Amino acid sequence: MIREFGLIDVMYLIAAARWTLALTATAFIGSALIGIVIAIARILPFAPARWLSATYIHIVQGTPLLVWLFVMFFGLPLAGISVNPWLAAAVAFSVYGSAFLGEIWRGALVSIAKTQWEAGASLGLSLWEQLRHVIVPQSIRVAIPPTVGFLVQLIKNTSLAAVIGFVELTREGQLTAAGTYKPFAVYITVAAIYFAMCFPLSQWSRSIERRLDVAR
Amino acid sequence: MKYGLQFRDVFAAWESILDGVWVTLLLSAIAMIGGLVIGIACAAARVYGPTWLRRLVGVYVEVIRNTPLLVQLFLIFFGLPSLGLRLDGLTAAIVALVVNLGAYSTEIVRAGLEAVPKAQVEAGYSLGLSGLQVFRYIVMFPALKAMFPALASQFVLLMLATSVVSQISVQDLFHAASIVQSRTFRDFEVYTVIGVLYLGLAFAFRGLFAGLYYWAFVRR
Repeated sequence: MIREFGLIDVMYLIAAARWTLALTATAFIGSALIGIVIAIARILPFAPARWLSATYIHIVQGTPLLVWLFVMFFGLPLAGISVNPWLAAAVAFSVYGSAFLGEIWRGALVSIAKTQWEAGASLGLSLWEQLRHVIVPQSIRVAIPPTVGFLVQLIKNTSLAAVIGFVELTREGQLTAAGTYKPFAVYITVAAIYFAMCFPLSQWSRSIERRLDVAR
Repeated sequence: MKYGLQFRDVFAAWESILDGVWVTLLLSAIAMIGGLVIGIACAAARVYGPTWLRRLVGVYVEVIRNTPLLVQLFLIFFGLPSLGLRLDGLTAAIVALVVNLGAYSTEIVRAGLEAVPKAQVEAGYSLGLSGLQVFRYIVMFPALKAMFPALASQFVLLMLATSVVSQISVQDLFHAASIVQSRTFRDFEVYTVIGVLYLGLAFAFRGLFAGLYYWAFVRR
């Protein structure tokens, strides 16, 4: 039976958006954990670490996210890990996001003047202490705007998890469109919900960036 | 249980995979050209146009950049027919990709145009050059140089993003993967091979753009 596309469906779509947000949050935490390692490996005074992390970034940024989703979805079971769409999506997004966050954060770390490292060294701090107490606290300011911008990318990209059957906003939209036969109204609503999540973040990212520019 | 990786069946289907590579390349090329044209037009409108046009372009850019490509694609392919506009898969994919890339390149081109110092433009006018001459001899070259790296990486991202058109059954490289998968049941192997192919394409595009940059801006 074909039902009407009504207010209740809009409510369902909004409710499905929380899975989009949940997946974004999970993916962001995963990306951040791997990304920080990648970013630091990229600036270590130890060539193989830099080389390995650069290769990792090149490979991940050179393949579509869809491929990562499918490779994880079909590949993790081969490694003996039983997989549901949640786990596959979380792992794939973490790998994908870590390359971008790694690159963003490397840029932030590199933006700190070399004299800051030298000042730390002349105070007798070890390399790790220089990073921990001198470089990272200063680079966080620089890193925030692009990180928030990346968060917008992440929210939008979680729509691809619909393809492996993860029920989030886009998948719920597909199901609703199939049930109501009102694809235009449904996808406009879906797009509007994405917009409502992403636009404030984009604006926020831009405004903190502007504020940082003025502060310099 | 031990699983033996087996690529033979995947490689045996190289013809469908090659067809997919061709469609992906075609889609990327059309989208890059179309997106760049829209980007230049909209950026010009946003920098030099009247206020209402600037606002309009601003809305276009923000709406596209804050919604997923997949949803835009579904809206065009599944949604527009109910308004009486029925596009086949390939056309819908091209429209979605061009509109999407157009918004991103608008921002990049605009930033490039604004990177040219205002004083240089004023200097041009004070030498008696016309608006077109100022654009041609003063703004264009440094602006192109400033926007080139960002455009190139946006183009590579777009090439990778074309994989989503497989979801409206356009037979690109990713779609070829799902066909080979359903024939051979070698899912992990198929997607690994496809991933390597995309990686190769991405490197090829990066190399091409780097060469182009060298040829246009470094050599002279």
